[in-house]
Amino acid sequence: MSRRRVFVVAFCAVSLVAAACEREIRPFQTLAVASARTQKPVLSPLFPGGQPLPEPNESPFQQNAYGTAEGKRLFDQFNCTGCHSHGGGGMGPALMDDTWIYGSEPANIFESIVEGRPNGMPAWRNKIADQQVWQLVAYIQSMSGNEPIDVLPSRSDHMRYSTPENARRAQTPVQTHAP
Amino acid sequence: MIFRFGGDQSAFDPHGPIARSIATHGWWLLLVCIAVYFIVMTAFFIALARRRRETDDLPETSARLTRNVGIAVALTVLILIGIATSSVVAGRGLYSPSGAGAITVDVVGHQWWWDFQYHDITPSDVFTSPNELHIPVGVPVVLKAMSTDVIHSFWVPNLMGKRDLIPGIVTNTWIQADEPGVYRGQCAEFCGHQHAHMALQVVAEPMDKFQQWVRHQREPASEPSTDEEKRGKDVFMQSPCVTCHSIRGTDAGSHVGPELTHVGSRLTLAAGTLPNARGHLAGWIVNSQSIKPGNRMPPNALAPDDLQALLAYVRSLQ
Repeated sequence: MSRRRVFVVAFCAVSLVAAACEREIRPFQTLAVASARTQKPVLSPLFPGGQPLPEPNESPFQQNAYGTAEGKRLFDQFNCTGCHSHGGGGMGPALMDDTWIYGSEPANIFESIVEGRPNGMPAWRNKIADQQVWQLVAYIQSMSGNEPIDVLPSRSDHMRYSTPENARRAQTPVQTHAP
Repeated sequence: MIFRFGGDQSAFDPHGPIARSIATHGWWLLLVCIAVYFIVMTAFFIALARRRRETDDLPETSARLTRNVGIAVALTVLILIGIATSSVVAGRGLYSPSGAGAITVDVVGHQWWWDFQYHDITPSDVFTSPNELHIPVGVPVVLKAMSTDVIHSFWVPNLMGKRDLIPGIVTNTWIQADEPGVYRGQCAEFCGHQHAHMALQVVAEPMDKFQQWVRHQREPASEPSTDEEKRGKDVFMQSPCVTCHSIRGTDAGSHVGPELTHVGSRLTLAAGTLPNARGHLAGWIVNSQSIKPGNRMPPNALAPDDLQALLAYVRSLQ
């Protein structure tokens, strides 16, 4: 192999490795600031002084291994498992299947957590900080495999309860209700 | 660092039986090693300087040299056995208290803070004291160590040796302070982003003062007295604080983060990272990520007067 070709192969290998580091980035400060939303319920479509600035529809925690892992921890600690079990559902709907009653976009999931939903889902506005809601959103997306494979958790801190997220078959989201 | 012998976090300044036996063992080890080093070096330089002699090839010389080497090997083995025995004895001291423990405390490691849970036969008398272990002077205190996430290690150099906290397993150790004082401890097993800021304070006090502290800790949180504190309590209950922290005697009862029932009386904030002062508390609540990046507490963008009220209330939890 010529020296030039060796150089090109080495360059590509290093670039690949460097690109893989993205998933582990943890800029804690920037993440926190970029994930805040104004936590005010929208009661009317009328706004004084024109339309307000659009709310962010996702946060840097999406498609980020750190955000997803934190969400996984909070999912247990905030007792989401109490109703949704570890994704298989119980009192609440399953989260690891392809059915999304209120939408599968990050903003939809954020709304479901913050505003609550009929038939039992409580509103967590002002109870869970925005950053943590976005982390939960990231983990909830990962439960049905809707995140890049290198971001999905591969293990649990506690006893194993199901196939690791990165070994599950990705589900194509189906929305059953109009949003 | 080795030249800093004193201080509140120094294995060279022992204030308890375990730390003392470890320090004694360490000093003996050092002395023996220094002696062996000088003996070996002296022999080495003698061998370098010595010229060959005609008698060297005689069978008597050879026999004498074999005997000398035998003696040296035997001496080395004896010293090593001695060191090993002394190490085992010093290490065993860490696990077997000298006498029955006066009290038992659970040490629970979290990323990145400590929780000390004081046992009692009456369930309502069980209480926790995050990041601050109070012990009576002169009696052994049994510690049951466990972890909720990763492996940590409990280490108070002035009082005892290291003991690992392993998830899913309860490990036992004990601690005893001979003199009253405040000693600093530190996590001694790398446990993630803020391992370096996972410290604790051990407050050793005479038995009567300790009992007084226990009685105070068992009490629920004091009710807010001023209007500002009352508003602060409302802010606490209506903001994300309540989802992780508990204050006994109120509706806040979550155990994700440290308990705050008597947070105003503690020495430090954020596991020994900051002195417990109003300004530090404000900074910690608003953006703890700038103080201890990666810690589990999210930033809280509170309105200024809400924040002041909250500070007044949390500081009043003496």
